[in-house]
Amino acid sequence: MAAKDDLGRHGEQLAADYLTAAGMRILERNWRSRRGEIDILARDGVDLVVVEVKTRSSRSHGTALESVRPAKLARLRTLAAQWLSAQPSTFRAVRIDVIALERFAGDYSIRHIRGVVV
Amino acid sequence: MAVARTRSVALIGVTARGIEVEADVGNGLAGIHLIGLPDTSLSEARDRVRSAMVNSHYPWPDARITVSLFPATLPKRGSHFDLAIAVAILGAAGAVPADRIATPFFLGELGLDGRLRPVRGILPSVLGAAKTGEATVVVPASNAAEAALVPDVRVVPIHDLRQLVEWLRSGEEPPETDEPESATIPVTEPSSLDLSDVAGQPLARRALEVCAAGGHNLWLHGPPGTGKTLLAERLPTLLPDLEIDHALEVTAIHSVAGVLPPSSPMITRPPFVAPHHTATAAALVGGGSAVVRPGAVSLAHRGTLFLDEAPEFPRHVLDCLRQPLESGNVNVSRAAGTVTFPARFMLILAANPCPCAQPADKSDVCECSPSMRRRYQGRLSGPLQDRIDLKVTVARSSKRELMADRQFVETSATVATRVLHARQRAAKRLDSTPWRTNAEIPPTALHGEFRLSEAAMKPITSCLDSGSLTARGLDRVVRVSWTIADLADKDIPGEEDTAQALALWLGVGA
Repeated sequence: MAAKDDLGRHGEQLAADYLTAAGMRILERNWRSRRGEIDILARDGVDLVVVEVKTRSSRSHGTALESVRPAKLARLRTLAAQWLSAQPSTFRAVRIDVIALERFAGDYSIRHIRGVVV
Repeated sequence: MAVARTRSVALIGVTARGIEVEADVGNGLAGIHLIGLPDTSLSEARDRVRSAMVNSHYPWPDARITVSLFPATLPKRGSHFDLAIAVAILGAAGAVPADRIATPFFLGELGLDGRLRPVRGILPSVLGAAKTGEATVVVPASNAAEAALVPDVRVVPIHDLRQLVEWLRSGEEPPETDEPESATIPVTEPSSLDLSDVAGQPLARRALEVCAAGGHNLWLHGPPGTGKTLLAERLPTLLPDLEIDHALEVTAIHSVAGVLPPSSPMITRPPFVAPHHTATAAALVGGGSAVVRPGAVSLAHRGTLFLDEAPEFPRHVLDCLRQPLESGNVNVSRAAGTVTFPARFMLILAANPCPCAQPADKSDVCECSPSMRRRYQGRLSGPLQDRIDLKVTVARSSKRELMADRQFVETSATVATRVLHARQRAAKRLDSTPWRTNAEIPPTALHGEFRLSEAAMKPITSCLDSGSLTARGLDRVVRVSWTIADLADKDIPGEEDTAQALALWLGVGA
């Protein structure tokens, strides 16, 4: 498996641990449909949180945070709707969060942006 | 995460308006959002500013950046906001002290490598900034000479973003301030044209002198090859240099139009603008859909607008001149808003008597029928003709006339001295008023403060009674008679001056 996939998998694991520590319950990971993939689906109290995880090993190709473009967010929205339609449970609101991980000297910095789509 | 604020200037026509630029570096998905009605060139500032900052080795904030331009309802155009946007972001990111950037004005376009590029309209922008009092204006180094023309402003010329940041951090003078205050007004080279080139047209030369002395409009009418164009082109040689405030006005207009020579930023000579007869109305009075640019009438402000082959211009284009001729400025209305440009110019028209352009002489045959000739002249509408102070027929002169006139022909320098003297006389008389030449005196003052004696008015009033002179025409004749009196060193025009002015007014038609 390619190194970038390892990095991404590792980052997603770190993100899931982080969210659990922050008091959220992970509902599903790497949910796929024909249109794409949601990295993490979590429940934050009464809200559904759709999480996009971005991991970068360096800033040479831009920061992790800025690599999430509006098109990606729009896709996440439709994916969230698709996922919800197959669920028996209901949520008060749906939120999209971005978790950006950057590796510096073997360690990771983590940034969590809540509610990127208004 | 912070907010920083700085200032820049927006131009509406040649009028400047202060703009506040705020940058907020805050939580959210990384990206830059520019709000406050930017146009396309301003929206592209996002990419220019980002590249300039990254290539100057300043960290680009990995956060949501919101840049707002106030007042939010005023549409903003142009690339000169780049510098203010970059400085506001640097301030919000903490790279430069926020209190140091709050008061100065920042103007300039950024190159991708962080170098500062020159922009148009620096002079009117700096003039606008100067109105706020003790202003400091940061401008691109290549615009420094133009900015330094404005008195009572501290101009900081900057080459690139790094130099600017160092200056803002240290609080000292930028290292290479090459004393922009000492920018000297360039000495204008003497023109190679001279009035003495035009022999055989004493009447037209006299009319040109009156025109130059009072700022009046002139219609040169006559067959081709008699020197109409030659005469008109020599009018600038009779005019004195622009006074400093007028020079600033003229330079500001040329700066907005982007036609200022970079080597000599100050226009000190009265401009001479001669548009071709295919010019459109927008080219003449100003226009443009997004950015409203000054037209030929404004570029000729405080100078001469020369329309050669005037009847060849489309009639509606010529009639566009009516408003600026009367009011001294022009209102250009577009979807984006209405812009007023100054447009006080001397209009010189040159016209052939008929479309066949055969010399109307005994020896040559003009094949135009009287109705054709009338139609050709009719292209200059009555209201426009009414606004021409002097109308002179330039006839073909015989060899004998040419030889005789050679002894009387004067150089431009000689005539310019008389013109300057007459202008000084008029300026002294109009000292307590905002006007400087006789052509500018409004009708109320003309019939109040500067009223002529009954005897002097007699030739004019009889013309008014007979209907050959309109009320506006009467005002124009009175103005010209003041100029004729000034040239003759008289305190007030007498009957012979008004009679002369009337003869020049009636000119072509008589």
